[in-house]
Amino acid sequence: MADPMKIRANVVGDSTEVKVLMSHEMETGQRKDAQGKTIPAWFIQNVTVAHNGKPVLNAQWGPAIAKNPFLSFKFKGGAKGDKIEITWVDSRGEKRTDEAVIA
Amino acid sequence: MMRVRRGVAPVAAFVLALVSAFGAPAVPAQGNAVDEIAKYRAALQDGNPAELWEARGADLWKQKRGPKTASLEQCDLGLGPGVVKGAYARLPRYFADADRVMDLETRIVWCMVTLQGFSEADAKKGPFGGPDRKADMEAYVAYVTSESRGVKMNVALDHPKEREAYRLGEKMFYFRGGTHDFACATCHGEDGKRIRLQDLPNLTQTAGAQKAYTTWPAYRVSQGELRSFQWRLNDCFRQQRFPELVFASDASIALTMFLARNANGAAFDAPAIKR
Repeated sequence: MADPMKIRANVVGDSTEVKVLMSHEMETGQRKDAQGKTIPAWFIQNVTVAHNGKPVLNAQWGPAIAKNPFLSFKFKGGAKGDKIEITWVDSRGEKRTDEAVIA
Repeated sequence: MMRVRRGVAPVAAFVLALVSAFGAPAVPAQGNAVDEIAKYRAALQDGNPAELWEARGADLWKQKRGPKTASLEQCDLGLGPGVVKGAYARLPRYFADADRVMDLETRIVWCMVTLQGFSEADAKKGPFGGPDRKADMEAYVAYVTSESRGVKMNVALDHPKEREAYRLGEKMFYFRGGTHDFACATCHGEDGKRIRLQDLPNLTQTAGAQKAYTTWPAYRVSQGELRSFQWRLNDCFRQQRFPELVFASDASIALTMFLARNANGAAFDAPAIKR
């Protein structure tokens, strides 16, 4: 099971700024290990963010995203106390969902 | 608007390109590169993955583990059992129960043995994480150090054993040896030294010693790992072609003591982020 995400969500003016750190290896499939064998690709492919159940972001990621990715974005609306739910799915089909409350 | 941190390679390539473009007058090029690295660090400060280690360490700290199924919550880091806040800013220090000067890692090993019932060998095993293995010790260190963020470094030299450790550490810092006849002071005893593009702190000056000590542990972007001050010492020894610094040994604690004490007065500011 992957480690939890760190999520911060704050109201800035008329929008909400969301900052999220994810714990993931993000293997590109280009690297080789000490024995010279290719390390298989393993990366987050899809990230979805919902605000009170309504999707506000859907991102398709590839192997060019860094290890332990940091994602920051804004969306219009959102109020203190609202729920933010973030889910990622990686290329092995593993997924993780974490929640945060807008501050 | 979406912003995503990408791999380190493009930035590194950019910095290198910058240097070669100004190849002939080396000094201004170096200045530019140093500025660019500083900007790069500032850009990464927001969303430091070190927080993932801090969170994992805080969680592990409370978990009941080991043969005695106990947590580390009652571990005495020098300010009394259970007090983590500000403890790192006063380490290493003399502990009467162990009758020895201990740094943070040594003290955590002590707590894992006395509270959780681990054998000393098990508690000391694999202190540094790698590509396929996360080290619990680094998570503990990330958590405990994060609880001292903003606290002024205040390492005492009251007990005779503390003074002895400091003197031994000082001696080690200036001791030349190995195949390269290097001492720590060879690279860290003068201003303006660097290895490739990394400027090295002058640890014989207060400002340099403070800046260096208070910014470890740090998330190393190029390694994708959180690295502790202990790891920094071990890697310096490797780069000097010295024998490996034994984890939690008196020598390791003494050198940490010397460098921690010299950082006294500065606010601790880690876990940080480095290229």
